[in-house]
Amino acid sequence: MHKYYLTHLQELESEAIYVIREVVAQFDRPAILFSGGKDSIVVTHLAKKAFWPAKIPMPLIHIDTGHNFPETMEFRDKLVEDLGVQLIVGSVQDAIDKGRAVEESGINASRNELQIVSLLDAIEHNKIDAAIGGARRDEEKARSKERFFSHRDEFGQWDPKNQRPELWNIFNGRKRMGEHFRVFPISNWTEMDIWNYILHENIAIPSLYFAHNRNAVYRDGTWLPASEFLSLREGETVENKLMRFRTLGDITITGGIESDADTLEKIVAEVSATRSTERGNRSDDKRSDTSMEDRKKQGYF
Amino acid sequence: MELLRFTTAGSVDDGKSTLIGRLLYDSKSIFEDQMEAVKQSSERKGLQHIDLSLLTDGLRSEREQGITIDVAYRYFATPKRKFIIADTPGHIQYTRNMVTGASTANLALVLVDARKGVVEQTCRHSYIASLLRIPHIIVCINKMDLVDYSEEAFNKVVEQYEAFAAKIDVTDIRFVPISALEGDNVVNDSVNMPWYKGESLLHTLETIHIASDENHADARFPVQTVIRPHAAEYHDYRGYAGRIAGGIFKPGDKITVLPSGLTSTIKSIDTFEGPVAEAFAPMSVSITLDDDVDVSRGDMIVKDDSEPQVSQDIDVMICWMANRGPRPGAKYHLKNTTREVMAIIKEVYYKLDINTLEKQENAGDIKMNEMARIRLRTTQPVVFDEYRKNRITGSLILVDEATNETVAAGTILA
Repeated sequence: MHKYYLTHLQELESEAIYVIREVVAQFDRPAILFSGGKDSIVVTHLAKKAFWPAKIPMPLIHIDTGHNFPETMEFRDKLVEDLGVQLIVGSVQDAIDKGRAVEESGINASRNELQIVSLLDAIEHNKIDAAIGGARRDEEKARSKERFFSHRDEFGQWDPKNQRPELWNIFNGRKRMGEHFRVFPISNWTEMDIWNYILHENIAIPSLYFAHNRNAVYRDGTWLPASEFLSLREGETVENKLMRFRTLGDITITGGIESDADTLEKIVAEVSATRSTERGNRSDDKRSDTSMEDRKKQGYF
Repeated sequence: MELLRFTTAGSVDDGKSTLIGRLLYDSKSIFEDQMEAVKQSSERKGLQHIDLSLLTDGLRSEREQGITIDVAYRYFATPKRKFIIADTPGHIQYTRNMVTGASTANLALVLVDARKGVVEQTCRHSYIASLLRIPHIIVCINKMDLVDYSEEAFNKVVEQYEAFAAKIDVTDIRFVPISALEGDNVVNDSVNMPWYKGESLLHTLETIHIASDENHADARFPVQTVIRPHAAEYHDYRGYAGRIAGGIFKPGDKITVLPSGLTSTIKSIDTFEGPVAEAFAPMSVSITLDDDVDVSRGDMIVKDDSEPQVSQDIDVMICWMANRGPRPGAKYHLKNTTREVMAIIKEVYYKLDINTLEKQENAGDIKMNEMARIRLRTTQPVVFDEYRKNRITGSLILVDEATNETVAAGTILA
C-alpha cells in the first residue's frame, strides 16, 4: 500500500472540514442547521474538528416543530452545553400562533412542511447568510443534483435548473443582500459512510437510534411511534415492539424498524445488510415522485 | 478502502443510464424500495422495460423530457472501494456540465456503441477528459450483444480509438467490451466473449492504481482561515487552517509564504486528534509557524525546494459556462485556491473546437459551452502552478461582478 494514502472516510472527512472552513471564511453570519438526527450530529462533530482548538465559531439552529422526541431535545441541550455554542430555536408553534403558518389537518397531518416558514424566519431574523445542513446526495433523487454551496434567492427558494456550476474545490459564495446559501459538507457521504464514521469516531447519538422497546402503530409499511400527536385509524392497534429508528425527524412522520441492533457495531452490520433506503420510512417523501424537489424549491432543508 | 471518483458522459441512446443502473444494481447498491419506485414509474409511463434512467434523472424537468440536464452524483461501494460517479449529459450543449463532472474525477468512462464505432461524441468526451487532466480513461465498447460478441468488431473500434487518441494527453487508456443491457463484463466476466482476456469493468474500477495520481512532489498549502482560540490555554495559538493541495509537509520544514515572500519554519501540524509527523494531499490540517509572520486567507505556504509561479498575467484555457458571453472590458472575480483577485480578459488567442481540437483564430465572441485560450490580467498577483502539474493550484473560476454567477472555468497553461 502506498504510504501517502487516505481511506475513503478520511478523505470524506477532510473534504467536509474543507467545506466548513470555506463557509466560515466566506460568510459573515453562518450557522449549522441542527435537527438532532445523525447527519447533523456528524456535521457538528466535523465543525468541532475543523476549528479545534477554538470553539465552533457559529450558532446551531434547531427548528422545533413542537412534535419532538423528548430524547432528541435532551440530546440537543447537552451537546450545546458541551460545545459551548449558541443555540437558536425556530418554533413552528410560534409561527402557527402568529398566523405565519397554518396547521395541516387530516389523518396524515404533519408539521413537516410548516418547518419551511420557521426555518426561513429564523434565517432572516438572525441575518444568517449561510446555513450548513446535513443533507446527503444519496438520500433522494432531487438531492443528487444539489451543490455543496447551494444558492437561495431573497425568498429562500432553490432554482434547480439554474444552479451555479461547481468545479474542483472552488466554491462561489458571492451573493446579493437578502440572499443566502445552504451548504452541505457531507454531500458525498452515504448512509453507510455516516454509520461507519460514527462507529470509528465513537460519536454520541440519541438513544432512539438503538434498539429499544416502544409503543408503535404499523402504518404504510413502517412502525410509527405512539404519541399524543398520532390519531389511530380504524383497525389500527398500538403494539409494543423492539425497534429503532434509521432517521430522526418530527415524531409524527418518523417510522421505525423492528430491530435488535443495540450497539453501533450491530447497527453498521444491519445497515450494510439492508435492502431498503432509510427515507423509505419517511412519509414526507412518499407524497409524490418529486415531493423533495418541490419542498426544496420552497426553502426546505 | 479507497475512494475513486469517476465521470461518465453520454446521450440518450448510448446506454449510459443502463450501464450505471447495471453497476448499481449488480453491486447491490440499489435498494428494493428505489427499484420498486422506478418499476412503478416505468409502468405508469407504459414502458415495457424498467427504465433505469429514472434512477438517475431526478429533477422534474429531466423526468418530463427524459434527458439528463445537470450533473448527477451517484454512489456505490464494493468491499474494495467506494465510488462516486459524476453522471453528465453527453450532448455538445452540455459541455459545461461535462467539464464540471470531469473537474473532480480520477477516471473517465467513455462509452462507444460497437456498431457505430468512434463518433464525434467519443472524441469530445475524450478531449474533455484530456483537457481536465483525468489520468485514466476506460473505453467501454458497449452493445457487444448486437454485433454477435465479435472480437473483430471490438478490435476495429480499438484501432479507431487508438488512432485518434494520439492527439490526447492521457497515458492510461483501457478497453473493455461490454453489454450493459445483458451484463457482459460489467460486473461479471462474460461467457459470450471467451476471446477477451482482460478484466470486467467493475474489477478494473476496483483495482486501477490511483494512489500516485496526487502530486506528492511540490508542497502547496493554500490558507483558508486563521484559527485563534479565545481561551487562556491557547492564548498565543495561531493555526493556519487549510487543505494540502500537493506535496508533503513536516514540522521543521523551511517554508515561504506567497505572494509576500516572508519565510519561516513549520512548528507543528495540528489536527483534532493531535499533532502529526507529516501531512500530504488531500489532508485538512492546521499549520503553526515558528515566527509571527503575517499570513491570512488567500496566502499559500510552500516549501523552499519548489516554488509555484506568482504573476499578474496568466494564460488560461477556459470553458465558458454562462448564457451571456464575456462583455468587452468586463471585470471578474478570479478565484484560484483560496485566493480571490479581480481580473480582465486581456486577449483571446483562439477558440478550441471541442470536437476536433482544432484552433480557430478570429472566431468571434466566446459563447456558452465554448472553450478558448485567453490571457488574463489581474489586479493582484496570483499564486499558481500549471494545471498539468497540479489540478488544485492550477485551476480557477471567473465570477461575474454584476450577477455573481460562475461564468467560466479555467485551467492554467502558463
